[in-house]
Amino acid sequence: MPAPLHLAVALDGAGWHPAAWREPAARPADLFTAGYWTDLVQEAERGLLDLVTLEDSLGLQSTRRDGPDRRTDQVRGRLDAVLVASRVAPTTSAIGLVPTAQVTHTEPFHVSKAIATLDFVSRGRAGWRPQVSAAPADAAHFGRRTVPPVFDGSPAAAAAVDELFAEADDHVEVVRRLWDSWEDDAEIRDVATGRFVDRDKLHHIDFSGRFFSVRGPSIVPRPPQGQPVVAALAHTDRPYRFAARGADLVFVTPDSRDAARDIVDTVQGLRATLAADAGPLRVFADLVVFLDDEPGAARDRRERLDDLDGAPWTSDATIVTGTPAELADQLQDWAAAGLDGFRLRPATLPHDLQAITRAVVPLLQQRGVFRRAYDGRTLRGRLGLDRPVSRYAATRTPEGVSA
Amino acid sequence: MTKQVHLAAHFPGVNNTTVWSDPAAGSHIEFDSFVRFAAAAERGLFDFLFLAEGLRLREQNGEIYDLDVVGRPDTFAVLSALAAVTEHLGLTGTINSTFNEPYEVARQFATLDQLSGGRGAWNVVTSWDAFTGENFRRGGFLPEDQRYARAKAFLDAATVLFDTWAADEVVADRDSGTFVRSAEVGDFTHRDDHFDIHGRFTVPRSPQGRPVVFQAGDSDAGREFAASTADAIFTRHGTLDAGRAFYADVKGRLGRYGRRPEELLVLPAATFVLGDTDREAEDLAAEVRRLQVSGQTALRFAEHVWNRDLSDLDPDGPVPEFDPVEGEHTIAKGRASVRMFGDRLATARQWRELGATEHLSLRDVVIRQTARQNFIGSPETVARTINDYVQADASDGFILVPHVTPDGLDPFVETVVPILQDWGVHRTGYTGSTLRDNLGLAVPARGDRVERRVAS
Ligand SMILES: Cc1cc2nc3c(=O)[nH]c(=O)nc-3n(C[C@H](O)[C@H](O)[C@H](O)COP(=O)(O)O)c2cc1C
Repeated sequence: MPAPLHLAVALDGAGWHPAAWREPAARPADLFTAGYWTDLVQEAERGLLDLVTLEDSLGLQSTRRDGPDRRTDQVRGRLDAVLVASRVAPTTSAIGLVPTAQVTHTEPFHVSKAIATLDFVSRGRAGWRPQVSAAPADAAHFGRRTVPPVFDGSPAAAAAVDELFAEADDHVEVVRRLWDSWEDDAEIRDVATGRFVDRDKLHHIDFSGRFFSVRGPSIVPRPPQGQPVVAALAHTDRPYRFAARGADLVFVTPDSRDAARDIVDTVQGLRATLAADAGPLRVFADLVVFLDDEPGAARDRRERLDDLDGAPWTSDATIVTGTPAELADQLQDWAAAGLDGFRLRPATLPHDLQAITRAVVPLLQQRGVFRRAYDGRTLRGRLGLDRPVSRYAATRTPEGVSA
Repeated sequence: MTKQVHLAAHFPGVNNTTVWSDPAAGSHIEFDSFVRFAAAAERGLFDFLFLAEGLRLREQNGEIYDLDVVGRPDTFAVLSALAAVTEHLGLTGTINSTFNEPYEVARQFATLDQLSGGRGAWNVVTSWDAFTGENFRRGGFLPEDQRYARAKAFLDAATVLFDTWAADEVVADRDSGTFVRSAEVGDFTHRDDHFDIHGRFTVPRSPQGRPVVFQAGDSDAGREFAASTADAIFTRHGTLDAGRAFYADVKGRLGRYGRRPEELLVLPAATFVLGDTDREAEDLAAEVRRLQVSGQTALRFAEHVWNRDLSDLDPDGPVPEFDPVEGEHTIAKGRASVRMFGDRLATARQWRELGATEHLSLRDVVIRQTARQNFIGSPETVARTINDYVQADASDGFILVPHVTPDGLDPFVETVVPILQDWGVHRTGYTGSTLRDNLGLAVPARGDRVERRVAS
């Protein structure tokens, strides 16, 4: 009996192909409406998927990594992903909601309370993908600092990347401490003594690091999951370390089953050395998918979109172009390399999402490797992650607080 | 002409009025409470729901204050989720201009406005203190006299960002392959004493042009800020005379900025206690006050004035004879009431006199001083008072703060609203689709704020 697979889907604009919005089934005029996102996430939920991720960036989309282009023939514009996730939460009931929120220019205090609140409004289905921003254009939106060039391959660039990730490590640490800063039973409503909270169960986090310091506690009580799921996308060593240190789930981008095995070994090894007591780290492989039932149809579609966009489109993740059955085979084959699951990036929406929920999922169910119903657990529970005790409660002994 | 009464609902939470010990009191965190509260407001055909904000838990004597409601969820996440379960209600969030950046806040409000179909509003607050600043990367870096300067610069920058996309920017024409009309979409540059930012904004222009802007603050600088930029001003004026004076003052400032009186709504916060009769409501209100101000709460509150530990005092005894500690306030942090008592010696003297002449205990004096039930009476009495205030130009309506979460609004909606409707001063159905429509505010022209600044 093979281990059940976990399946996530990554939503972005009209789909991940830059010409996706020109597909007949696309809804390009609706991209900035609540109805569009609600329909997509409800479709993913009908497919019983573990979670959806929502992409975001502080800057406008661009074909260049360092800043904006002037193209008008691709989707430009996007909504704040945390708000989109919050907006769809009451319209769904089981699927995990994992928005991207950037760490380089944002305040950990704000991020922490936003994701905690997403966990409240979704009743334990929230996650967060912390994202580092190395784009000078993003920094200019804030005007507080400049980001040195990081794309030129120089030693200085590598050092700059390292600094950005060191700051991101601290950011995630602060967010997590703030989630723990209220013990679960801090609110006591003790009419006899007139106390609403037990202040001994509220904790200043007193984080003081190289990049910033934060006093705490949070203004939001501990969220339903205790710690919402932190999910990082990582391609290379430094982000692997970031994920191993602070994440519950990591999205990786192998280009073969063997590469998947190597990456799993690497990140799990880093987890064991950097954060052994943090609980398990789940590893999902990212795949971009073009799916059509007719053999060859997906390839034709991809070529047609490439033509419309003016160039063959490439991605950081492996692109699978084929039938739902071919994808199902590949998922099972790669899973044997030690992956816990996959995050599928539909090349076009809603077409490739529907292919996942209406064709790939039923096939996996027939093969006994995918759930047939949600089990009512939180997102953490579904991923097999325990609900952690607040680190501040954990240090309490019956005699009082000890180290 | 009879003015229409604008009504809004302030979610009760972290403040001195929320009675958490009432058996009917529910969670102020669980989303269900917000859903119920919003549903009541929408049943009452209110203009909007309002959330306050405080970015650090209040402390007293170096310890987290434990007698009042503590904690609240994130404004943007709650309002965005509420957009899913409401259809017409405006969604107003209080967001600080000191511990945020314009690009991020503009993006969040523009998104909220899109996701709610044009129902977003922003109450710009400036509250500054190093105590709150300790939760943020930059710390409490702003001297007090600069906070409105930054607030104004912040709002200017956000307005520039809200205006970056033309209303018809998204073309999405498959055949010609044109997604956005202009290659310059989202371009902005904004430079002033506080911000030097440029780049491209990512959110299309919202259905109501820009989110509605509220200002909360009472000083001269605050009023001027509101007159120059806000669509509505959130105040605390409890009496008819104070309200009229304030109303005349702020509306009188608008001309300087080329604005007409109806371009700025005056909406005070107001509490209420209803009973079948006026007498019954008075009794109930007295009970509520005692629940709001326990002996312990009275002592903690008096410490805001005396600026020292008073835990040895008997709250049912007289007002202390000794004088407050002058100088920097050290005892209570993060409490608005601390700022209320600029002259602590005078306040103490006044309290002593009140206690002596009316034979009141310290607790009773605190109850008197902090009582904030503006409207007490039968539904008819409350409806009449509210309408009188509005028709007498003491306000354009009220932001109601019930003292019980989450169902405290229900009696008002069930009993007072129908009376106001009978009198023809409250709508019987939503007519507009955006918050601007419901508030009777025009959709701003793109770039109008910049033009106005250049002209003035
Ligand atoms: C009715 C009213 C409500 C306010 N609500 C908040 C709030 O929710 N959060 C906050 O940080 N400040 C709040 N403030 C504080 C104001 O933003 C401002 O910092 C304060 O009133 C001082 O400014 P002023 O001297 O102009 O009055 C409020 C002020 C008023 C008058």
